[in-house]
Amino acid sequence: MGRFLVIRLTQGMLVLAAMSFLIYALIGLMPGDPIDEMIAANPHLTSADAEALRQRYGLDLPITERYGNWAASALAGDLGYSRVHSVPVLEVLAPRLVNTLILVGSSVVLAVLLAIPIGVYAATHPYTRTDTAVNLMCFAGISIPPFWLALMLIILFAVILGWFPAGGMLTVGDGGLADRLSHMVLPVATLTLVTVGDYTRHVRAAVQEQIRQDYVRTARAKGLSQAAVVWRHTLRNALIPVVTVVALGFGNIFSGALITETMFAYLGTGKLIYDSILGNDFNTAMVALLFVTLMVLVGNFLADTLYVALDPRISFASRSA
Amino acid sequence: MSDLTLGPGHLSASPLTLRWRRFLEHRIAVLSGLVLLALVVVCFSAPLVEAWMGVDANRVNLLNRFAPPSAEHPLGTDDLGRDFLLRLLYGGQVSLIVGLAAALASAVIGTLIGVLAGYYGGWLDAALMRLTDGVIALPLLPFLIILAAIDLGKLPFVPEAWATGQDANLYRIVVIVSLFGWTTVARLVRGTALSVRQRDYVRAATALGAGNARIILVHILPNVASPIVVATTLSIGQIILLESVLSFLGLGIQPPTPSWGNILTNAQELIWNAPTLAIYPGLLIFITVIAFNFLGDGLQDALDPRSIAKR
Repeated sequence: MGRFLVIRLTQGMLVLAAMSFLIYALIGLMPGDPIDEMIAANPHLTSADAEALRQRYGLDLPITERYGNWAASALAGDLGYSRVHSVPVLEVLAPRLVNTLILVGSSVVLAVLLAIPIGVYAATHPYTRTDTAVNLMCFAGISIPPFWLALMLIILFAVILGWFPAGGMLTVGDGGLADRLSHMVLPVATLTLVTVGDYTRHVRAAVQEQIRQDYVRTARAKGLSQAAVVWRHTLRNALIPVVTVVALGFGNIFSGALITETMFAYLGTGKLIYDSILGNDFNTAMVALLFVTLMVLVGNFLADTLYVALDPRISFASRSA
Repeated sequence: MSDLTLGPGHLSASPLTLRWRRFLEHRIAVLSGLVLLALVVVCFSAPLVEAWMGVDANRVNLLNRFAPPSAEHPLGTDDLGRDFLLRLLYGGQVSLIVGLAAALASAVIGTLIGVLAGYYGGWLDAALMRLTDGVIALPLLPFLIILAAIDLGKLPFVPEAWATGQDANLYRIVVIVSLFGWTTVARLVRGTALSVRQRDYVRAATALGAGNARIILVHILPNVASPIVVATTLSIGQIILLESVLSFLGLGIQPPTPSWGNILTNAQELIWNAPTLAIYPGLLIFITVIAFNFLGDGLQDALDPRSIAKR
């Protein structure tokens, strides 16, 4: 176990370091640079001034040196300032990460809670009408453009019915818990609906795989009820691959929440990344992307660890080799 | 017992016929195939429709914005007074072309990388598979957004035309989606190459003097052709979805060239006075993507006999 953790953490750090360089290089290729932004804000700057400023801030150095400087100060704990928000990047990012974790966390939990009973029912009643209907719904969930689903939910529940607000985090002047929750309903619903289909298919496949096993026949032979066989014996094994799928997909749901957040003006990490890329807020985009990448890596790490922890047939030693 | 009594049809049927019959059993997949065929035909006959209707698809008419459906404009007009039906058809061309081109490019890249890794093995295999793991671990959407936003002119080796040309957006989106899309096919091909390489018939072929190229083309690729076809079909839907998201966010196909994604860019403001403008493009994306997914599912059942045996 110890060896496994050390190896995986070292690998993770290396990947994160490589990713930080890749992100840095890509951000460097974005149109414009910080001095262009200064020129746009201050018409008195001459091109000679701009050149001098570029030299002063080291923007004329080769990319590797610039990255070295950035990495050195980042490791010293200085992640820089946000150009748009005029505060340290971490002060902008921290509440956004929390908001996205709340949004993604509640959607994933809701999706899992829906996928398990639906998937189990479909798997234990294969090729019935209900199973076919579930299958159709799953394909619909996988295939629907998330931004369009958000749009349809807004049209139906905000414009026509007026049950929930169309976007934002809270009503100015209110901001109580009930108000905040009503702003969460449509974003959470969107993210849940686009996730639940995929989860359900995995649950169904995993339960079908298990239900053919000999131990299930044994459990039936000793007279256990269908409910006991399915919920106590089968599901426990079937959930192992499902847990892996959920953990592996967590990072991508986290970054994919960008669409939902943008549609509902939900102040999350994805919207921050999108806004800072469009608004030339290079520092914020860099750090926010790095944190999202970290989320993906954490998800992968959790998937590996949980897989070993849940399945006694696999040992940490064999996974780390 | 009925499985064991083979009718006369089974005895004479070729493997291809059997696969075709299995495919036809998957009714939703067949329906999806027909829907897709119809969509392709209709979208690519847009110039004919345009000529027949006598309307210019790009003609802006600010005096006739948000017109309701009429004989002249069957689906009405958009926020600039352009014919909405023609916009949808031309947008469909772009979305379908991007989906097909990027899926094919991904399949080609994936096959090359998979063969290199699985057939040649060793350090090359290790390096390529770490690369594959790395690409899979990237947060896809933010990276696509950055790649769609970067200024190619800043790279010294990119010709001017690629960075700013007429169809630069279209090429760029195909390229960046392919950069991320090849991993599934690469893993499939590598796995097959690894196992086939060891088989006796390959060793026999080597003994008879067959070169690497012949073994790869004659023995390895045919073995992995079916899963590649399935994976590629399924990926077309995902790519169309990604293209629509990027274009919707204003980073993919740029107006005035329409795509189903960028037609929806303004839809959020339009839902108050013209909800249909927001509904149709999304519905078309939805139908196309779900049809490609069902088609892929049907092909999987048809091409992989094991998936039927499980039933």
